[in-house]
Amino acid sequence: MMIDNRNQLALICTLIVVTILLGQYGRDLSKALDARWLIKFPSAWLIPFKTYISTAMKWLVEEAAIGPLSFTDVTRAIAWLIEQPYQFVLSLLAEGFSVGQGKEASTVLPAISWIAVTAAVIALGQYCRDWALAALVGACFLYLAIFGQWDSAMVTLASVLIAVPIGAGGGLLVGIWAYRHPLGERVLSPVLDLMQTIPIFAYLVPILFMFGFGPVSALVATIIYATPPMVRVTILALKSVDPELVDFGRMVGSTPRQLMWRVLVPSASHSLMVGVNQVIMLTLNMVIIASMIGAGGLGFDVLAALRRLDIGAGLEAGIAIVVLAIAVDRLSQAFAERMGQVHHSKQDASWASRHRRTVLVLVLLSATWLLGRFSPLFLEYPETQTITTGDFWDNTVKYLNVNYFDTFEAIKVFFLHYFLLPIKKTLLGIPWPWAIAMLTLLGWRAGGIRLALLCGALSGLIVVTGLWAKAMVTVYLCGASVILATLIGVPLGVLAALNKRAGVAIGVFIDTLQTLPSFVYLIPVVMLFRVGDFTALIAIVLYALAPAVRYAAHGIRNVSEDLIEAGIVSGCTPRQLLRLVRLPLALPEILLGINQTIMLALSMLVITALVGTRDLGQEVYIALTKADTGRGLVAGLAIAFIAIIADRLVNAGARKARIRYGLES
Amino acid sequence: MTPNIKLSCRNVWKLYGADPDRFLRSNPAPSTDDIRKAGIIGAVRNASIDIAEGEIFVIMGLSGSGKSTLVRCLSRLIEPTGGEVLFDGVDLLSASDAEMIEIRRHKLGMVFQHFALLPHLTVLQNVVFPLTVQAAQKNEALTKAREVVDLVGLRGREDYYPRELSGGQQQRVGIARSLVAEPDLWFLDEPFSALDPLIRREMQDEFLSLQARLHKTIVFITHDFDEAVRLADRIAIMKDGEIIQIATPEELVVNPATDYVEEFTRHIPRSKVLTAGGLMTRGGSGSGEPVPQSARISDIAERIIVADSPVPVTDIDGQIVGSIDRLAVAKVLFGEGAGE
Repeated sequence: MMIDNRNQLALICTLIVVTILLGQYGRDLSKALDARWLIKFPSAWLIPFKTYISTAMKWLVEEAAIGPLSFTDVTRAIAWLIEQPYQFVLSLLAEGFSVGQGKEASTVLPAISWIAVTAAVIALGQYCRDWALAALVGACFLYLAIFGQWDSAMVTLASVLIAVPIGAGGGLLVGIWAYRHPLGERVLSPVLDLMQTIPIFAYLVPILFMFGFGPVSALVATIIYATPPMVRVTILALKSVDPELVDFGRMVGSTPRQLMWRVLVPSASHSLMVGVNQVIMLTLNMVIIASMIGAGGLGFDVLAALRRLDIGAGLEAGIAIVVLAIAVDRLSQAFAERMGQVHHSKQDASWASRHRRTVLVLVLLSATWLLGRFSPLFLEYPETQTITTGDFWDNTVKYLNVNYFDTFEAIKVFFLHYFLLPIKKTLLGIPWPWAIAMLTLLGWRAGGIRLALLCGALSGLIVVTGLWAKAMVTVYLCGASVILATLIGVPLGVLAALNKRAGVAIGVFIDTLQTLPSFVYLIPVVMLFRVGDFTALIAIVLYALAPAVRYAAHGIRNVSEDLIEAGIVSGCTPRQLLRLVRLPLALPEILLGINQTIMLALSMLVITALVGTRDLGQEVYIALTKADTGRGLVAGLAIAFIAIIADRLVNAGARKARIRYGLES
Repeated sequence: MTPNIKLSCRNVWKLYGADPDRFLRSNPAPSTDDIRKAGIIGAVRNASIDIAEGEIFVIMGLSGSGKSTLVRCLSRLIEPTGGEVLFDGVDLLSASDAEMIEIRRHKLGMVFQHFALLPHLTVLQNVVFPLTVQAAQKNEALTKAREVVDLVGLRGREDYYPRELSGGQQQRVGIARSLVAEPDLWFLDEPFSALDPLIRREMQDEFLSLQARLHKTIVFITHDFDEAVRLADRIAIMKDGEIIQIATPEELVVNPATDYVEEFTRHIPRSKVLTAGGLMTRGGSGSGEPVPQSARISDIAERIIVADSPVPVTDIDGQIVGSIDRLAVAKVLFGEGAGE
C-alpha cells in the first residue's frame, strides 16, 4: 500500500494496534458490555445455506427431470460413458479380460505383463529423448515391480490414462470455446477461479451423490479438479499465437474450423503441452483424495495405511506414487519437447523399419502372453522376489521416537506456546464486525471501491453461514504456515538467485517437494509429532514452500542488469545492493509468490483435517464422511472466499508495488 | 487507353474507440478535431485508392501511420468502419463470409512481415497449405507447390522446417506460398523489413524479376522510402491514417505535396528517381543511340555525359519525342538534392 504521509502511517499503526488489542481483550470486552454477539454471531441471524443446498441436491437426485429423462439418467449415462474405456484400460493393465461371472469366470487374456509394460515405457523414453530418459523411466517401473507396488500402480495408471485425455481434451475444447466467444472468457474466468479455490473435498460429496461410490466418481472428481488449468493454458496459448499467423490463415480462405485446427492449435501445440503436463500432475495429485470416494490403487493403499498409522506401508505406497509421477511427468515433458523439435523421417523405408520400437514392444507383448501360458513369471513379477522397506521405516521412526521424544516434544511445545497459540487467541478474539470493517478498509486502500465491496461481501457471507470461528481457525493455521513458509522460502529463493551452486541444490529440493503428493508429507510428520495443529503446520509449510522460493528467486534474477550496474557504480556493497536495489525491485514478484503460497496452504488445510485440526477443513471432511452435501459445499465455499479475499488483496498490493516502480502503468 | 482498375477503395475509414460505427454514421466526414473530441482513434481516415491491373502500388508510411490497417481493410482482415472496397467491380464489404472465403482462396495472396510460416509443417507442406485448405486434389497440389518452390529458388529444401532456414529463405517460402493459388491480387505487408539490408536488396531484385514474369496486381507496404522508390509504379504516402499524396516516384520528388513528403524525398538521390522523359527537352533532337523515356537517369548518366551532343529520347513505341543533354543530367547528379 502506498503510504502518502506521516498521518496515514500513524493511522495505520493505530488500527493495527487496536486490532491486536481487540483480539487479546475482545472476549472480556464483550462480557463487560454484555454483548456476546460481538464475538459469537447470534444463531438467530444465521442463514441456513447448508439446508438449502442439501434440499436442492436431494431434489436434483431424486426428482429433477426434463420430461421422461431424469437427472439421474443423465448422470448414469455419463458414468457409463466413462466406465467403458476405463474398464478396458483397467483390464488391459491390471485385471485381464475374462468371461463369465463369479466362480465360473475364466480369463481370456491376462493383463499386459510387467515386462511388456516396462519395455514399452523404456521405448517411449528413448523415442521422446534419449537413453538416459529411457533408463530413468525404466528404473521407475522396475521399482514398482520390485517393491511389490505393481498391481496398485497399474490401477492408478489406468485411471490416469483415462482422466488425462478427457481432462486435457475437454479443457482444450472449453478453452477454444472461450477463445472464440468474447463473452466466454468473461463468464468462465470467475468459474475457473472458484473451481481452483474450492477445496476438492467440497465437491466430492455432490459427486458421490450423483455417481455413487466407485472408480467412476473418483474419475469425475479427478477430471473436474485437473481440467481448469488446461482451460486457462488453452486460452492463453491461443491468444499468444502470432496475429500474423491468424491473418495468414484467414487470407488463404480457411473456414473458422480450418483456422482453429490447422493453424491455431498446431501453432500453439508447444504451450498446449504445458497444459497437458499440468493435467497429468494434478491427476496424480488427486490419486489419494480420489481413493476416498472409491478409486483403488496406490492412493487407496496410502489412505488405508494412514488410517492404520502404518508408516512403512504408507510411505512405500506414497513413494510409489511419486515414482509413477516422476516417470509420467518426465515422459510427457520430453514428449512436448520432442514436438517442438525438427525430425526428418526416412520416407522410403518400410513401416516396420520406421517403427522399430513399436514392433519390438508388440513382439515382446505377444511373447509374454504366449509364454505366460506356461509360466506366470512372464506375466507377474514373482511375489517372493519383492522387497519391502516398511520395517526399516517403522524401526527408524520407533528409534527416533524412543531416543529423541523429548526434543521433538520441546520443539512442538515451543512453537505452540510462542507462535501458534498467541495468533489463534488473537484472531478468535477479534469481534467479527471489526474484522469485516478492517478487511473492507484494506480492500479499499489496496484496490478501490470494488475490492472493498468484494472483501466486505465475502467476509459477511462467511459470518452469516455461522462458520466465522472455524474460518478464523483456518486463517490462523494458514497465516501461521504462510508466515513460516515466507520466512524460510524467501531467503532460500534469494540465496538460490545469488549463488549458482546453492541455486542448483535448492532447485532439486523444491522440485522434490513439489512432486510429492500432499498426503505423503503427513505420514512422517504424524509419526514424529502425532496429531494436532503443529503437525498440520509442518505439513502445510512443506507443501506450500515451493512458490515462495521460486518467485523470490525469479524476482531477484529478473532485476534489470542496468540497475545492478548502476548500484555497483554508485559504490554499493553486495549487502546494500541486495537491500536497496534487488529486494525492493523483486518485491512484486515476491508478493505473487506469497500469494501462491497462501493458495497452496489453503488447499493443504483440508488434507490436514485428517490429523485433527478444528477448522473449515475439518468441517468439509466431516461433511464428506457424513455425505452431507450442504455442509461440505458451504464450508468449501467459505474456504474459497478466504482464498479469493487473500488473492485479490495480495494481487492488488503487488500491482501497486509494480506501478510504484514503473514496471506497469 | 485507361488501364483496367483491379482494386479500388472509396472513403475508407477505420476508427477505434467507443461505438465508432454510430459516430461515423452521425458524422460521415469528421475532421481531425471531431475525432479527437469524441475520444476515438482514426487508424485509417478517408482513404481512396485506385490500383490498376499489373501495377505495383506501394503504400509507404512510418510505423503507426495506418498503412498496415489500410491493407487489412483492403483484404477485409479488418472490417472497415465505413467506405467501400471494390475488387473487380465487386463490393468486398458486402460479400458474405462464404463468398469472402472463396475470393481469398482463389484471388488473393498475402506475404507477411514476419513470414507467418506454420512451424509444424515443412517448406513443401507450408507452400501447399493454401491448396490443402481448398481441398484441392493432392497430387496436382503438390506438383504446383513444387513449381513455385522452384520459382523462388528453394529447390532441394522442400523437406526443411521453417526454423532450419535463414530469414531470407523463410520469406521465399512465404512468397511461394502466397503464389501457389495463382492469385490476381497480391498483398505484400512489409515483406523485406525483417531482413538484413544486403538480403533485402537481393530480395527486392528478385521480386522485380518475378513480377516481370507474373504481372500480378500488387499492393506493397513498406516503411522504407528507398524501397518504395525502387519498386513502385505509384506510391501512396500515409501519415496519421491519412493518405497525403499518391504519385509516381518521380512526381513525388519533383512535386512533393507537403513538407512531410519533401522530408522523405530529400535523401533520395534524384538520379535514381528521375527519368529521361521527365528531364528531356520536348521536341528537341539529338544524335546517337536513343534512350527510352522511362530510363532512370542513374542508368543512362554515363552515356549522356560522355556524349558530345544531346541524346534522343524515345517513347514506348520507339518514336523520338525529345532529347536530353549533359547539362540537365549534370544538374541532377551534382546539383541540389543530388543526395548523399
